[in-house]
Amino acid sequence: MTTSAIEIRDLVVDYGTRRILDDISFDIHQGEIIVIMGGSGAGKSTLLRCVLGLKKPTSGHIHMLGTDICHAAREELYELRKKMGVAFQQGALFTSMSVAENIQLPLREHTDLDENTIQIMTRIKLDMVNMLPYENLMPSELSGGMSKRAALARAIIMDPKILFFDEPSAGLDPITSAELDELIIMLKETLKMTIIVVTHELESAFAIADRIAILGEGKLIQIGTPEEIKNSQDDRVMDLLNRTPRENNMDKDEHLSRLTQDNR
Amino acid sequence: MIKTINNLGTTTIEAIEQIGRTFNLLLIIAWKIVQPPYRIFPIIKQVYFIGARSMTVILISGATIGMVLGLQFYNTLERFGSVGVLGSAVALSIIRELGPVMTALMVVGRAGSAICAELGIMRISEQIDALECMAIAPDKYLVAPKLVAGILSVPLLNFVFNVVAIGGGYFVGVILFGVAEGSYVNGMIDSVLWSDVRLGLVKSLIFGLLIMLICCAKGFYMHLGKYGSQGAEGVSRVTTDAVVISSVSVLFCDFLIGALMS
Amino acid sequence: MNKISIELVTGIFVIIGILAFTWLAVSVAGATFSEQPGYSLTARFTSISGLREGAIVEGAGVRIGTVTDIGFDPEAFEAIVTLRVNEGVPVQEDAIAAIRTQGIIGEKYINIIPGGFEELLSDGDEIYETESAISLEELVSKYIFSSD
Repeated sequence: MTTSAIEIRDLVVDYGTRRILDDISFDIHQGEIIVIMGGSGAGKSTLLRCVLGLKKPTSGHIHMLGTDICHAAREELYELRKKMGVAFQQGALFTSMSVAENIQLPLREHTDLDENTIQIMTRIKLDMVNMLPYENLMPSELSGGMSKRAALARAIIMDPKILFFDEPSAGLDPITSAELDELIIMLKETLKMTIIVVTHELESAFAIADRIAILGEGKLIQIGTPEEIKNSQDDRVMDLLNRTPRENNMDKDEHLSRLTQDNR
Repeated sequence: MIKTINNLGTTTIEAIEQIGRTFNLLLIIAWKIVQPPYRIFPIIKQVYFIGARSMTVILISGATIGMVLGLQFYNTLERFGSVGVLGSAVALSIIRELGPVMTALMVVGRAGSAICAELGIMRISEQIDALECMAIAPDKYLVAPKLVAGILSVPLLNFVFNVVAIGGGYFVGVILFGVAEGSYVNGMIDSVLWSDVRLGLVKSLIFGLLIMLICCAKGFYMHLGKYGSQGAEGVSRVTTDAVVISSVSVLFCDFLIGALMS
Repeated sequence: MNKISIELVTGIFVIIGILAFTWLAVSVAGATFSEQPGYSLTARFTSISGLREGAIVEGAGVRIGTVTDIGFDPEAFEAIVTLRVNEGVPVQEDAIAAIRTQGIIGEKYINIIPGGFEELLSDGDEIYETESAISLEELVSKYIFSSD
């Protein structure tokens, strides 16, 4: 019996001649919180989009709950998505609907529940993210933190097996960020979800992760528990953890010619 | 020099790609719309937005154009002593040509641009991705109601425009210039045939679909075009493009349909 | 704006649109849903140049019917015009159907000049006395080429 929620195998993504993801392979275990980190341009967003099924890779397989996302028919993909929840970086709430209506949308579209049940389920999830007083506000009236929490509530309304979180702490103050971290841990413990978080924030990552995967230049540099990552001997991992600026070790002449060259 | 030709080639290829994508969107929606779930209320909402809320613009522009036609035709016809045909002239011009075209252009300006911008913003703020990830097909959920509403609303607006414009011509001709009411009305009744009204109907149906299709496709697929990464500015550029292209397409199709149906 | 008022306004809009269309189609264009009460007559002409289907049939200057069909008889080389005359309008057996022009360059229409007989035509009958369309060119050439 496999305990993998998601299996990524030999994933390659090319944009023209640029290779964004180079032979990525790893597993995501059921019920764990895994954080995907990496420098800018390392390919985190691309990886996320592939796993969500929003982008078809150049080659490779991603098996989620038994289905190969990269080669699945649309109906299969949609069935799978009903068991997934996604909280996007900017919230991606629908601006013409209130918070409550946003959260209810999947219920209205995919279930035959009566009005009362829908309202109750909405309120339960809103309460979980501490947004109950704001259920009738419009997305434009929410602060950054509130938007993210509303987006999270919408992501979990159908009690998904797998939850995705794109940059949950982006643009948030430390306190709100920490509150969100606690929320993520609580979700895993109470609802037994597999949670995948893509983030830059070191503190959050170490606070919530069961395992951390580090991407660099399109490759998987290392994957392991927070302890293992902290003790890593890999230069690139250490740079990331110590926030070492990238060194510019070009020699002076090369540097000069690069600045003065006609770059057309 | 080489660069110019290069750019020309790129632009042409992009344009062809866009046309293909747009037509593809139409086919996809035509296929999906006959399958459940059937969402009726969004269509009503869009008919409200595209049709009902354009009434003011249509009433004003209709009356104005009618009056302008009345004025101009009167001036010319008077010199030939044929002011009796004023009714026919105004009615036929409006019903066959100006009604469908002006209505379409007004709708492009009012509703088409807004819809393009709305879809563009939804695209760049990942709302369309969010729908996909919720297993709700965004093309059926967002675009289909607008297409259907366009086909329904634009002809209706056209007829209202026609009536008001004929009234405008009546106002100028009969009331201001003293053309005999009988001549105006009977001239109109005698020369307008069902084939003229039918021509106007066919034109406005096609324009309605065309306008909505172009504006929706531009906004919905903005991430695949050259403005995809430009954020808010990209949205405004895509919208401008959509308005220009829809308007020109309407004018061109007007000619085509007229030629084919005469 | 709540659901009910959107539907209401939309409904009103649709109704107005349909009314406008109906007015245009029926009153202006003369589309009819059922045949107007009346009867059909035929008339043969050597030339109907310019007469169209849907043209007016007049009597004493008043509209009394419509041209419903224009056909051709290849053997007699004549045009066969079918006209529908309104209910209650009498057309005598010796009435004349003449093709006239409105104004000098206007549309062609059929004028019914009443005859003296008592017998009236009924549905399906033919008007025997006809005057074909006057062609301006023929008139002018007749004048020019007539013997001095």
